[in-house]
Amino acid sequence: MTDRLSFRADLERLEEIVRLLEGDDFDLDDALELFEEGVKKLKSARKLLKQSELKIKHLMEAADGTLNAEDMDI
Amino acid sequence: MAEGVWSVADITARARELIERGFDLIWVRGEVSGFKSYHSGHWYFSLRDKSAQVRCVMFRSDNQRVTVKPQDGVEVFVRAKPTVWDERGEFRLTARQLLATDAEGLWQIELEKAKAALERDGLLDPSRRRPIPSYATRIAVVTSIDGAALRDIVTVMGRRWPLAELLVVPARVQGDGADQDLCRALELVNRIEDVDLVVVGRGGGSREDLWVFNSEVVARAVAAVRVPIISAVGHETDVSLTDLVADLRSPTPSAAGEAAVPDKVAVEDALRGLARRLGASASARISWGSEKIERTSDRLSAAVNSLVGSGTAKLTTLAASLGALSPLRVLQRGFSVARDGTGQVLKRVSDFQLGSKVNVTVLDGTVETKVTGLPE
Repeated sequence: MTDRLSFRADLERLEEIVRLLEGDDFDLDDALELFEEGVKKLKSARKLLKQSELKIKHLMEAADGTLNAEDMDI
Repeated sequence: MAEGVWSVADITARARELIERGFDLIWVRGEVSGFKSYHSGHWYFSLRDKSAQVRCVMFRSDNQRVTVKPQDGVEVFVRAKPTVWDERGEFRLTARQLLATDAEGLWQIELEKAKAALERDGLLDPSRRRPIPSYATRIAVVTSIDGAALRDIVTVMGRRWPLAELLVVPARVQGDGADQDLCRALELVNRIEDVDLVVVGRGGGSREDLWVFNSEVVARAVAAVRVPIISAVGHETDVSLTDLVADLRSPTPSAAGEAAVPDKVAVEDALRGLARRLGASASARISWGSEKIERTSDRLSAAVNSLVGSGTAKLTTLAASLGALSPLRVLQRGFSVARDGTGQVLKRVSDFQLGSKVNVTVLDGTVETKVTGLPE
């Protein structure tokens, strides 16, 4: 499942899959598997684009030096 | 030439060498007098104070950057290299920069000093600049928590790239202590995990308001950020020190929002393109696959045909040998078959009885006969 942080990696993988499928020289079984993977990545990337909302967090450093991020409204 | 006697050229050249070696570029403060701008574009003037004066030249290539021509009686700062002009045996300054001595002039001198220090450390080298990631998702924003800059960035990024997660690291962006605040915030940024990109900046304001972005310590803190960083200080024309050390300079926080993230619409377009290519490649694969299946079925039916063919041949042989064994064929050769009334084939003499009926089958029918004699 594609999430915000893996979006770039997933999109790059999708581009790679398309390039591989456009080339020749592999098995029909492998091609089907790649195709399925590509379709999955495509669907979840689209869904993510459609459903995401900008997240805004306020980063603060506690007295002991740990970092805390709290949701904030602008 | 008598021993120990110098020529004029030698002594002036030696004096020039000594002076030039003795000074770097220095800032000199004084009042302009006898200012003259020649056709060549070079400026000639003196700088003086209560007790002394020194001749100055500012060549065209340098004075082109000075926005206002200095006038006699005005106090200025001159950044200059002391030298000796051989032809006149005159000690003089070759001015490279010229600034007014008001507060801005003083600041400007600080800025130039800071810039020179950053330059020495290689921090202004364009090759240091890293590319801005194409799909930044976790973005740290270093700015004032209640400034217009943050609102602008949130608006632009929310519209373009809702996948983004903004981590706001608050810092004062003007006034006393703003430099320390910004440095501390930029150090915090280096401790956040998985940050793709940083935006540091503020909205527009007066030159004084924006001045902290010309601070050398802040510029060094920007340069020390370990991921790509965009400097977005709200001024269209001026460039601040943080702009020079950042990986990208944006003239406003909104522009930084545009530069930091892709546009959702464009990414959706790209996905549609990929979907088309994926579909096209799949259908190409499928027709390739079905061709393969056709080829396979051709081979299969050929195999079946050849099997069937050989079967037919075998059957023919079998039929032939069966035919050879058929009693009809025996009859054809002139033999006949004798059967008694019950149809039992009579093979031996002992099977016959005198006077009994015998049916004899020949090639074209059966003849009823009677046994009239038996061998002794």
